[in-house]
Amino acid sequence: MATGVFSSSRAKISERTLRTDKWWLQPLITFSVLILFIIYATFRAFENGNYFAEPLISPFYSPCLSAACATGSSLLGQPFGIIKILGMTLSPALLILIFPLGFRMTCYYYRKAYYRAFWMSPPACAVAEPHSKYTGETRAPLILQNGHRYFFYIGLIFNALLTVDAILAFRNSDKQWGHMSVGTLVLVANATFLWLYSASCHTCRHTIGGRLRNFSKHPVRYKAWTIVSALNHKHQNFAWVSLLGVAFADFYVREVAAHVFTNFYFF
Amino acid sequence: MARKLNLRIWRGNRESGSLQNISVDANEGEVVLDVIHRVQAEQINDLAVRWNCKAGKCGSCSMEINGKPRLACMTQVSSFPEDEEITITPLRAFPVIKDLVTDVSFNYKKAMEIPSFQPPEGMKPGEPRMQQVDVERSQEFRKCIECFLCQNTCHVIRDHEENKESFAGPRFFIRIAELDMHPLDMLRNRKKKAQEEHGLGMCNITKCCTEVCPEHIRITDNAIIPMKERVVDEKYDPLRWLGSKIRKREGIL
Amino acid sequence: MTNNSAALERHKYDVLVIGAGGAGLRAAVEAREAGLRVAIICKSLFGKAHTVMAEGGAAASMGNVNEKDNWMVHFRDTMRGGKFLNHYRMAELHAKEAPDRIWELEMWGALFDRTKEGKISQRNFGGHEYPRLAHVGDRTGLELIRTMQQRIVALQQKDKQEHGDAESFIKVFAELTITEILKENGKVAGAYGYWRENGNEVLFEAPAVVLATGGVGKTFKITSNSWEGTGDGHALALKAGGNLVDMEFLQFHPTGMVWPPSVRGILVTESVRGEGGILTNTLGERFMFKYIPDVFKDKYADNEAEADRWYLDQDNNRRPPELLPRDEVARAINSEVKAGRGTEHGGVFLDVSKRLSAEVIKKRLPSMWHQFYELAGVDITKEAMEVGPTCHYVMGGIEVDPDTAAAVNVPGLFAAGECAGGMHGSNRLGGNSLTDLLVFGRRAGMGAVQYLKGTSATPVSEASISKAVQKIAAPFTRTGGENPYLLHQELQEITHNLVGIIRTKKELDEAILKIADIRMRIQNVTVSGSREFNPGFHLSFDLDNMLLIAESTAKSAVIREESRGGHTRDDFPNMSPVWRQKNNISSFNGTEVVVKQQTLPELPKDLFGLFDPHELEKYMTQEEMAKGGSN
Repeated sequence: MATGVFSSSRAKISERTLRTDKWWLQPLITFSVLILFIIYATFRAFENGNYFAEPLISPFYSPCLSAACATGSSLLGQPFGIIKILGMTLSPALLILIFPLGFRMTCYYYRKAYYRAFWMSPPACAVAEPHSKYTGETRAPLILQNGHRYFFYIGLIFNALLTVDAILAFRNSDKQWGHMSVGTLVLVANATFLWLYSASCHTCRHTIGGRLRNFSKHPVRYKAWTIVSALNHKHQNFAWVSLLGVAFADFYVREVAAHVFTNFYFF
Repeated sequence: MARKLNLRIWRGNRESGSLQNISVDANEGEVVLDVIHRVQAEQINDLAVRWNCKAGKCGSCSMEINGKPRLACMTQVSSFPEDEEITITPLRAFPVIKDLVTDVSFNYKKAMEIPSFQPPEGMKPGEPRMQQVDVERSQEFRKCIECFLCQNTCHVIRDHEENKESFAGPRFFIRIAELDMHPLDMLRNRKKKAQEEHGLGMCNITKCCTEVCPEHIRITDNAIIPMKERVVDEKYDPLRWLGSKIRKREGIL
Repeated sequence: MTNNSAALERHKYDVLVIGAGGAGLRAAVEAREAGLRVAIICKSLFGKAHTVMAEGGAAASMGNVNEKDNWMVHFRDTMRGGKFLNHYRMAELHAKEAPDRIWELEMWGALFDRTKEGKISQRNFGGHEYPRLAHVGDRTGLELIRTMQQRIVALQQKDKQEHGDAESFIKVFAELTITEILKENGKVAGAYGYWRENGNEVLFEAPAVVLATGGVGKTFKITSNSWEGTGDGHALALKAGGNLVDMEFLQFHPTGMVWPPSVRGILVTESVRGEGGILTNTLGERFMFKYIPDVFKDKYADNEAEADRWYLDQDNNRRPPELLPRDEVARAINSEVKAGRGTEHGGVFLDVSKRLSAEVIKKRLPSMWHQFYELAGVDITKEAMEVGPTCHYVMGGIEVDPDTAAAVNVPGLFAAGECAGGMHGSNRLGGNSLTDLLVFGRRAGMGAVQYLKGTSATPVSEASISKAVQKIAAPFTRTGGENPYLLHQELQEITHNLVGIIRTKKELDEAILKIADIRMRIQNVTVSGSREFNPGFHLSFDLDNMLLIAESTAKSAVIREESRGGHTRDDFPNMSPVWRQKNNISSFNGTEVVVKQQTLPELPKDLFGLFDPHELEKYMTQEEMAKGGSN
């Protein structure tokens, strides 16, 4: 039976949408960029190499926790030893990527982006979606989206570690402090974008003050909430910039590690 | 100054209907509602359209213009290219009555289901003291002019008639948020009800409600997501759940 | 198409409230809380009433910002604003009860802007001695209507819990037009109307009817009112045998937008002129210099150079004539347009873009700039506005008893809000209308409750029903071929040109003749299409109401030979203490409106004593002053 805009009670109009603008462009761009990112990230996660070039480590592989990690790349030691699956050494990236991935998958902005671009639910506003049933985030697996805050907390740990990575990048390849290279800038920028992405997150906004009923009784948290709210306005921008930032940081480290580029030192 | 405008206006009723081509003059600075009024006065005397204030304050003239949910009094004719045809239809999420008028009673039914404001017991008129910072969040939601464009564009009910039973819609999520953030409201189970009875979990935050809001209320960011987070506090956060259990047990001891 | 009475939809209620704006809803709440069953009729959807348009605030002397404020100061301001033509008792009740009505809204969930101490903030407004207007940004009217709407819903939810049916005690009938008040044995017995959605007819049997239908602006061509302001309540009361008081008093604003149509009627605030906006005619002349009255010669510049210098040096130059009092500006614009130097849309140009830079305009007049840019694409930083007088509010209305809001002459009929007269005298202060709705809406509800204690319902007779049925069927059965839209436009031209902001006997006489002519032609209004949501059909009834309003206004205006508040006669430019003692009372004899004079109740001694005698001397006769108020 016809439902939605074709239900019997609604105005009889045969078009799924009468929009005349390029409503499909935005979801198409979102779809394309995310697909490219997924392809690249999958390739890199399985590549299991070219992720460390003293002092630079790729954000895809940090913290590097298995014994298979390149020498000097394990900031937190190697608690996992070497894990083999069907005789293949498991890439250390696969041990950790679930966390940043989970943070982004459950992010309120990315949810909008991929529900629209991938699931077409809806593809754009006032454009009829192709599904005959819809239950939203009320049951498994989508009910797990409610766990966003846990990924947010873990994401903060990752941000801290990647910040340490960026600080460690103020060294040269002989681990001497006081140097700075293009790689340093890349990792610093990456860490900054990630902090901005986390700080502008809706869960962060809720935790820091949004859950309060009376702001006037908590002036400090109110102040923090207004700052986070301002950042939250740009959450979408930070989401994209930080995503591209991570990919670029990884790409840069990879090319340096593979000796495609030389990491230029300013001093 | 006048230009000829080619309109396609949907005319019909519950049983049938179609888009009709109409050519009409439009003057500089006119909005779509002005042009519809001209059609009504000069060509189709019985063209049905709802409107009141014609100043973007009452939210009556909601319709879909070139497929987008909009207020006809806030849509300037000059925003369309000279030679473009303008298609005007009734809202497509609600049952049609006639021409551009739809039956929006769904919204009034939902309004009835949201528990009302409950002031503290014993509080007398004139006694309330509230700080401006504490009322501002709720004030944003009270800007709502009930044009129901957010309800109309929300795919949860626009594309799924069967969800109307269990889904209150963005307009009423901001109402719930308004009350949950109201400094004096004493009803404490609004979050639980929002999830279990008003269908907050159905929303997949695709933000079309925010996009169409003529009052620029940030429905998703400021009401729906904060309510979702408050629901998590209450229902889905194991740490908070554990905390509340322990507190309860201490209460028994 | 006529309904036979067997199939007729019938409802029985204790109280029928016609109009779902602030006053109607407040009346309904009061009647329900007294245990009565109430029907609320709205002509449009629930919550869309014209009340939403009120921006400034709601005046109530809570004294939150200035402790010196109290009801006596508010009363004085209201009487002064109305030029002492107000019914003193209404102004007194209003001033005394307004604070309670605002505080009560807060208990129903309203969120006003706050002071630092957390109380309801109050702002200054023209004519109010102290900061007095409770407000929420510039959308106070919306807050009021939404709070009342939600209060109704709250009561319905309670009824659902207690009685199983949310609509057992209050039911809202949305998009329903009442065409007639039905009376039996000289008392109100109910009302008749039809659903706008399908044209099906409805009979309400109710011993008490509250009219709260708002204003009459749509009688005029340029108005800030929405389509609903067609004076339905005024006309229903007249036809039911009630009176209208002082219908000549209408609040016009001298500078409303006249073009483009998307913003027609919207007010251009006085501050646009205050910031340097100049008025020019189509010849490009800055015409205000020609219209400086002798009494103002020493205060206003008579040449452009000096006027321009005033903005920089206010001590050594006289003010530009654009800043003359409102009625002088209105008179000047009116004269220019009538002399053929106005635009084709009947306005003149108001330009602020020549004097100020775009940034300064946007900073000093942000909402003006934004509103016209968003609604009409008019950029006031680049181009001139086309402005002329716009009709905003009617002070005149149904004659009522101040304490009970009972309509004079019609037992069982009550009226509150803009459709009731007397409260505002000859001119309303900004902010007083919102509290007027609440104070007298409640009193009308109480009045109905009291009235019903001493009376019982009378069944509506078949004869009354069949008369009402015929009336509704008429527009489809007639063959005269008059188009209701065009006839409405003609009526608006007449009122705009001849009964507008500046009046003369000659023009008013002409208007009365022309209105009589339209009254003949309205018998020929024919409607096409079906009864299903047919705006032409709806307009044919509104038109009838607007004609009565126009007639009552024109006839009252020609009789009142003075200028006071919202009534300016070019041939009688001064206030007359003799006319201050008189109300013009309109009634309807079945064929035309008849206007008689009635003496205004005297101020009692205690209220008289609130004023400085020197002030009262300007308004009152020597005998009145000597008497010093009634006992």
